[in-house]
Amino acid sequence: MTTYNTDYILEMNNITKEFPGVKALSNVNFKVKRGEIHCLVGENGAGKSTLMKVLSGVYPYGEYEGDIVLNNEVQKYSGISNSEKAGIAIIYQELALIPEMSVYENIFIGHEIKNRCTINWNETIAKSKELLKRVNLNINPSTKIKDLGVGRQQLVEIAKAFSKNVKLLILDEPTAALNEDDSENLLNLLRELKEEGITSIMVSHKLKEVISIADTVTILRDGRTICSLDASKSEVNEHTIIRNMVGREINNIYPKRAKKESGEIILEVKNWSAYSNELGRSVLKNINFNVRKGEVVALAGLMGAGRTEFANSIFGNLRGFKLSGELLINGEPKDFKHTSDAIKSGIAYVTEDRKKEGLILIHDIKNNITIANLKSLSSNGIINENEEINVANKYKDDLTIKTPSIEQLLGNLSGGNQQKVSVGKWLFTEPKILILDEPTRGIDVGAKFEIYTIMNRLIQEGLSIIMISSELPEVLGMSDRIYVMAHGEITGEINTLDATQDKIMEMATV
Amino acid sequence: MDSLSKEKKNFKTYLLNYLKEFKVLLRKNIREYGMFIALFIIMITFSILTNGTFMSPRNLSNLINSTGYVAVLTIGMTLILIIRHIDLSVGFVAGFLGAIVAILMTSMKLNTGVSILIILAMGIVIGLFYGFLIGKVGIPAFVVSLAGMLVFRGLLMLATQKTGTIIIPNDSFNDIGNGFIPDPLKLVDGYHSLTLLLGIVGIVLYIITEIRNRKNMQKYEFEVLSKSMFVSKLIFVSLLIGYVVWMLSRYNGFSWTVVIVLIVTAIYHFLTTKTVLGRQIYAVGGNPEAAKLSGINVTKVTYFVFASMSMLAALSGVLYTSRLQSATTTAGLGFELDAIAAAYVGGVSTSGGVGKITGSLIGALVMSSLTSGMNLMGVNISYQYIIRGIILVVAVVFDIITRRKKG
Repeated sequence: MTTYNTDYILEMNNITKEFPGVKALSNVNFKVKRGEIHCLVGENGAGKSTLMKVLSGVYPYGEYEGDIVLNNEVQKYSGISNSEKAGIAIIYQELALIPEMSVYENIFIGHEIKNRCTINWNETIAKSKELLKRVNLNINPSTKIKDLGVGRQQLVEIAKAFSKNVKLLILDEPTAALNEDDSENLLNLLRELKEEGITSIMVSHKLKEVISIADTVTILRDGRTICSLDASKSEVNEHTIIRNMVGREINNIYPKRAKKESGEIILEVKNWSAYSNELGRSVLKNINFNVRKGEVVALAGLMGAGRTEFANSIFGNLRGFKLSGELLINGEPKDFKHTSDAIKSGIAYVTEDRKKEGLILIHDIKNNITIANLKSLSSNGIINENEEINVANKYKDDLTIKTPSIEQLLGNLSGGNQQKVSVGKWLFTEPKILILDEPTRGIDVGAKFEIYTIMNRLIQEGLSIIMISSELPEVLGMSDRIYVMAHGEITGEINTLDATQDKIMEMATV
Repeated sequence: MDSLSKEKKNFKTYLLNYLKEFKVLLRKNIREYGMFIALFIIMITFSILTNGTFMSPRNLSNLINSTGYVAVLTIGMTLILIIRHIDLSVGFVAGFLGAIVAILMTSMKLNTGVSILIILAMGIVIGLFYGFLIGKVGIPAFVVSLAGMLVFRGLLMLATQKTGTIIIPNDSFNDIGNGFIPDPLKLVDGYHSLTLLLGIVGIVLYIITEIRNRKNMQKYEFEVLSKSMFVSKLIFVSLLIGYVVWMLSRYNGFSWTVVIVLIVTAIYHFLTTKTVLGRQIYAVGGNPEAAKLSGINVTKVTYFVFASMSMLAALSGVLYTSRLQSATTTAGLGFELDAIAAAYVGGVSTSGGVGKITGSLIGALVMSSLTSGMNLMGVNISYQYIIRGIILVVAVVFDIITRRKKG
């Protein structure tokens, strides 16, 4: 290796970035060594995204204070294209690929290989093959993006970054949407790239991954750098990271709830199958499933196992499915034609993707909380506004939604608080069965703890919860009973006391 | 001496605080106040440029009455745009149904009221059919309403083919677009006293509701305007209403058109702000998927919004036909564009989910003030189109920029 080995490839010194009324970053120092994998962690709202936006030129020079030094040169970007030229590539959580285009078109979009003024497709395809090889992706470059899974799409994004001669690769929550296998693949790739001398910065909430891969971990809290931990000095461990992230000790991530006997079966599904006309195949096969009163039932499995489809099918959101089988609530057979039927029968569904399917970001907290049960607030179709304000304030206080007012727009809240609004909205429908689909995805440790505490309180109050989760520790920490799904079938049922991560994984990968 | 300078100083700090709050308020609510400011500037500018003719009682009355048929379309279009759809056919639906109402009254000899009810019902049927194609079958509204535009243009030509322009002899019908409310009181000479009275009642009602709302907001500890700012707002709006009413009363008073538009505005304002259905409309526009998962029947909402639009198109047809006292072969040409432009100028978001009925009404007034002012100044019609086009783009740019700042 060269003599620069211990040098910093990137130094961000005393970065301060203010928004009207808020100091998002204050005197943040962030130093990345050449050739390392550097993880950036912190609660939501800690300033990670803002810092990365400063680095990539989204907030151009002059809009922040402080210096960015890349390879010993002070950088003054006026936009993303400048930072790209300097060799910085960011891969965002939401992938920026065009589904209807082929892999090679996507890789070279924006910097096409040209002969004078036409595109040289042969050269493009040949180069794409090389790049795909480099990211261990063995596919035909003419494949359309929409035909690839999320994991492979992620790799295409990295290949795209390499096509721009990247020196510093930044990944924002790269494994958030990936299953365990794909995540492991990606982490291995990062390790290989490190061998080749590529420096990576990874922003992540998944501490297990951070610990397994990081050479250095920098922790942000409330817009300040709290500390940098060095793996070679074995400073990196879950306890230390969590303590520094939240600024307090969390001894147990999963709050205990008083054990109590589960009651009678409240929801039961027999021989439940669904055929999707759109996909031309069965998405759910012969599912037998039940939930008892006062019980948390977890639905574990890998991404694409059919868990979300199952939740939608029992919530009356048919998405063009043809259903067969029996759905019983309190022993009564039900046939939901629309989500409103399911809501009337006491089912509530907190969706996986709260921004796309759960909430209305351009409306305020009050309207979001009451939208699913306006009937109870109105007579003759006219809303009782005072009553509505009381309801919204009640859930704001009960669920400790942090906001100056219930008139705040949802889009201005952090992920954790948005999730609480989503939960509040459904609690207001007074459900008996609450389906939580990935309830803690993309929210920080502190907010997670609060969500778990709320879940426990609801169970004490006699609700039943179906929790869909891809995080095995969460499944083990929160549930009473676990169903495991794979390719549209239930592949196992296990009491949580007897379950281990390995056992669940085994059933999920049948 | 000393106390006087102290008083002066106090007043100065008071004034500074006041101006500061005003500035903050303006910056925070620029989206809502923007079109009022635009309307104000347009009115002042044209008054100066036309030596006051623009703000004369006669022109003001004309201006407001000629806004009527676009205003009702704009109100319907606001809901359509809120749920992220569009209706390009409203112009010719209005034109066609205007011709039908003329035929019903002339050839079929039906009375005015029955004829109007029939075409309002026809409007609703047309809208329900759109709702079926768009909400149930899933055809994009752009395609459905483009087809509708062609079909109703053809139907309008068929309806007026034999006779050409249909002259309407019914006075009761023609009064809708040209007549004024009677003045049984005749209290003050030279003024329409019933109009003045209604204006005063309106102002009092406005002040009472505002004060009640403010008290309610305070009860729930919401942010409210400071007292002096609140009073200024009340005075400003009351003066504005008062001025317009006073001007109108010096001419012929309120026209029937104004009464109809005010009633439609009141109904739709109530619908959008106070009812479950209104909230559902905003929810569908804000995030259709989330709305569906919240138990809202998106298809039903689509049916309702399109039915209401076509019914208002029928009403617009009545207003326009009666204003011209005849049904013509080209009635309705370009109305849809006026309505869409007015709604956007009035603050409806181009991405749906946001928009106010009152805003759209102001938007319609802005657009027709421009037309009226430019007509008075004798601006060539070609330039008028260009200027209105530019105003539309500026309004949408303004909307997008102010929204980006907030996010």
